[in-house]
Amino acid sequence: MSDWVEACAADDIDEEDVMRFDHAGRTFAIYRSPDDEYFATDGLCTHEKVHLADGLVMDDIIECPKHNGRFNYKTGAARGAPVCVNLKTYPVKVDAGKVLIQIG
Amino acid sequence: MTAMTSSAATPRDYSLIGRDAQRAVENGLAAAEWYHTDIPRKQMKELMQRSDQPAIRDTIIWLAAFAVSAAGGIWFWGSWWCVPFFFAYGTLYGSSTDSRWHECGHGTAFRTQWMNDAVYQLACFMIMRNPVTWRWSHTRHHTDTVIVGRDPEIAVMRPPDLLRVVLNFFGVLDAWHAMVDMVRNAAGVIGAAEKTFIPEQEQPKAIRVARIWLAIYLTTIALALYMHSWLPLMLIGLPRLYGAWHHVLTGLLQHGGLADNVTDHRLNSRTVLMNPVSRFIYWNMNYHVEHHMFPMVPYHALPKLHELIKHDLPAPTPSILAGYREMIPAFLRQLRNEDYFLKRALPPTARPYRDDLHGDTPMAAAAE
Repeated sequence: MSDWVEACAADDIDEEDVMRFDHAGRTFAIYRSPDDEYFATDGLCTHEKVHLADGLVMDDIIECPKHNGRFNYKTGAARGAPVCVNLKTYPVKVDAGKVLIQIG
Repeated sequence: MTAMTSSAATPRDYSLIGRDAQRAVENGLAAAEWYHTDIPRKQMKELMQRSDQPAIRDTIIWLAAFAVSAAGGIWFWGSWWCVPFFFAYGTLYGSSTDSRWHECGHGTAFRTQWMNDAVYQLACFMIMRNPVTWRWSHTRHHTDTVIVGRDPEIAVMRPPDLLRVVLNFFGVLDAWHAMVDMVRNAAGVIGAAEKTFIPEQEQPKAIRVARIWLAIYLTTIALALYMHSWLPLMLIGLPRLYGAWHHVLTGLLQHGGLADNVTDHRLNSRTVLMNPVSRFIYWNMNYHVEHHMFPMVPYHALPKLHELIKHDLPAPTPSILAGYREMIPAFLRQLRNEDYFLKRALPPTARPYRDDLHGDTPMAAAAE
């Protein structure tokens, strides 16, 4: 059974931004989209294990800070070189001002 | 600036599949953690913001300059008056495309991705760099900057091959190797070194581009033969030779004479203050430490980034001339002692170099 884990307060993340969340030896990236929805993915780029939370969010894209590889953070889809492998995504909900992610 | 020697006992092996490639992996220099100056997230976000406007403006000027210089060269073809036009055209074709290829390859020049892709493809053709191969080689260059055996884009290896450097001011060897690679790729062959950094699923794309380019060059040569004129080749192909000088002039300064096998861009990269024309041609890549430390910052924001972090960086080299005044003697010293390099001094406000990160590298060696 997967658990819902509190990642941060909803206000901790600016709109169209991302923040890092570490839990149980794993690292995740939590996103707040321009239309105020929340999403979560694995925290490291599938190309060279760089923290995506240091990257740039543009619309529904997260761009890795090291090589500018891009993913759709809503679906995890890799969007061109140098990333070829999709990101794993996680369900997210906001409850009482807290962002919760379901870690499988 | 301090002169240093490294403790390396044997000549460097720059092959991507050779001894030093393996050694870099064993020493933790491959895909390592690199030093970064701390910048608050809010400021970093502002610096990373993308905009189409500056690059559209610059690209309109760039394409207009191409059109005017090409038209002048064609109009005055056969008289000496064509020389200044072809000088301008060649510099645009054989030099400014180096920075356009580079910046658009990072995807930072424009906010709109198809614009990055369009300028990238055009610039790659002119600078004779396969857009697939070089996208991946440059990715490796950013992962393993000037790590011997890992970085495929080290412009001046040690000991320096100064004849090669001089010939490349006229694009001679680069263009020759580019042509050989193009024909080889067009024949469906991806080299062993290329396979180390181009993923398998991307390799057919490199082959397809090479075939298209080969067709363009063959058509241009056929047109020149048909016209009994060099003019088609003066417009396509040859400008990569006669216009290469500026991109080599600026490109050598990026890492020339500095440390190798370190994980701090302040040690192996050089920021140089330049005149506005060179900065336009070079698209601000003179801020090279800043670019390597934060490659997602667009070219037009690099001066701002420089102002923000200069307290933590070596003082910028004040001019192109000053850069060559320190770099050429270093190259000459490296002919006798390939372990010699220039160690850039940090200001008192900077975080010191971490010798613990560079324990078995040149940083641990005594000053010469």
